[in-house]
Amino acid sequence: MGKTITANARFFLSAGWLSIILLVAVFAQFIAPHDPLAQDLMLDKVPPMWVAGSESGYVLGTDSLGRDVLSRMIYGAQIALIVAVAAGSAAMVLGSALGLLAGFFGGWVDKIISRIVDIWISFPPVLFSILLVAVLGSGLHSVIIAIAIIDWTRFCRVIRSETMRQSRMEYVDSAKTLGMGKFSILLHEVLPNVLPAIVVLFSLEMGIAVIIEAILSFVNLSISSDDPTWGGMISEGRSIIYHAWWVLVFPMVVLFLTVLSFSQFGEALKEKYDPVLQ
Amino acid sequence: MTGRHFFVRSLTTLITIFGVAVVVFFVIRIAPGDPVSMMLPPGATDEDIQILKTVYGLDKSMPEQFVIWLKGIVGGDFGTSISLRQDVMGLVLGRLPATLELSFVALFVAVFLGGGLAVLGTLRAGSVNETAIDLWNGISLSVPDFLWGLALIMLLGVWFPVLPVSGRISPSLDLDFSTQFLLLEAVLRFRFDVISDLLKHMMLPALALALPLAAIISQVLKQSLKEVMRMDYIMLARSKGFSESRVLLLDGLRNAILPTLTLIGVQFSFLIGGTVIIEKLYSYEGLGNLAIDAVINRDLPLIQGIVLTFAVIFIIINIVIDVLYTMLNPRLRHG
Repeated sequence: MGKTITANARFFLSAGWLSIILLVAVFAQFIAPHDPLAQDLMLDKVPPMWVAGSESGYVLGTDSLGRDVLSRMIYGAQIALIVAVAAGSAAMVLGSALGLLAGFFGGWVDKIISRIVDIWISFPPVLFSILLVAVLGSGLHSVIIAIAIIDWTRFCRVIRSETMRQSRMEYVDSAKTLGMGKFSILLHEVLPNVLPAIVVLFSLEMGIAVIIEAILSFVNLSISSDDPTWGGMISEGRSIIYHAWWVLVFPMVVLFLTVLSFSQFGEALKEKYDPVLQ
Repeated sequence: MTGRHFFVRSLTTLITIFGVAVVVFFVIRIAPGDPVSMMLPPGATDEDIQILKTVYGLDKSMPEQFVIWLKGIVGGDFGTSISLRQDVMGLVLGRLPATLELSFVALFVAVFLGGGLAVLGTLRAGSVNETAIDLWNGISLSVPDFLWGLALIMLLGVWFPVLPVSGRISPSLDLDFSTQFLLLEAVLRFRFDVISDLLKHMMLPALALALPLAAIISQVLKQSLKEVMRMDYIMLARSKGFSESRVLLLDGLRNAILPTLTLIGVQFSFLIGGTVIIEKLYSYEGLGNLAIDAVINRDLPLIQGIVLTFAVIFIIINIVIDVLYTMLNPRLRHG
């Protein structure tokens, strides 16, 4: 009983926060009080409104170029969500497809794919992503591609073992007896049964994608440093931490809550819908 | 481990390392832009560029370069760093001790924190304390080391400035150490001033790395402790009149530790991978910090050397855990 209550609380709290972020991202241009790129060097490092020395209109203060922290955070939500959905989906499609193939066909297909996964997880992921973006060149598309290239293994490993388990079940045998083709069985019989696991992993992956984007912005490799990203703001905030803590703290808290929500949303889905991953 | 198992294991390990070498070598060469022309001043002639390319072997075809590089590695020669103009092997070995010390201190923190929470949660099963521990584990598991690192800098470095937030050691300390294993050497030399300075600098980055791992250890260990504590021999120990915490620590823990151990092995690799960004965040002079600079400077030989070093470390950890698991698991010991 207690378990269901916390599961529900977790589901609604995380879904609630993610909806807020989604709405903020979609309506950024109507909500943001300032242009996120507008600089005002006369108004640099203005503290948030409840701290002495604040300026009216700058609720969460300004950064070292006099740009409004709140507005940059609001526009930053757009980039975070684009990366979460695009990179998460790409990693999901690639990883699940390979996982399904490896788990269903076994044999040399499985051997090759598993060996590649082993090689992949021997790279430190953060270093690998930094390396890939350096190679692909900065920009939103590079970030998305890099995250997908690194994180497909997360899907592949789980979906592979899950597909193996499903393939041994009776319904697969019956489908074979009925004369269904192998790919048809994989797509129409096995896939629907591993789908809950895929959805849960997708939610977790979106949170990871947001973090990797922030890390890449932090080392100045994501999109251009003018564009508002949470990681870019954190990077700037880290360097002026003793003069203007607000530039670091607000994006950090938002990033914290967003990553936590994606992960808890995934956990809640797992408890609700997926008996396998529990 | 039987002979055959050992042979298969070594072979797959070699294939994996070779695969890593292939991937890293070719990935960084797809990059547009020429690392050599970036090194020279704008007025450099084509001839200058050509000479420098020959020096670094970049004038040869890619497969040729790969074979040369591989041959060098087998002989212990990782090439010369383009940006720092030093031997890659020397640079890597100079920074590796800092990263290893940080990783092991973090592992130590994670094991004690996670183990402590698991024991506490089992002893207080069903109470508010257990719920609080579960909640804390859920949060620290969901939030990665990068964010913990930032939060700790803010909290214990800026708002309550009790610990340093950058560097490995205070520059004012007079050091005449002969290795880069500063912490280890300080312990061996009884230099308590150095030990405390090093640990102060390490505490926040180590804690950031340790929090997610501590949560995983705590969750898994608590689960297996609960299962073990229902077994007959525990009932027997209880019936002898020993206190619950004594039974748990002396009899329960020993048998519950095995699943946690395997897990720690896998997760320790992730922790070491995390040092890359945590070292950057805390300006800690380790391998990860060097790696990021190498990538930004397009230093191909250095990047190759560092990535390969990380891969070898990961693989060594896996092997060590395998051996430990076999040694500790009575069912496998005589198999």
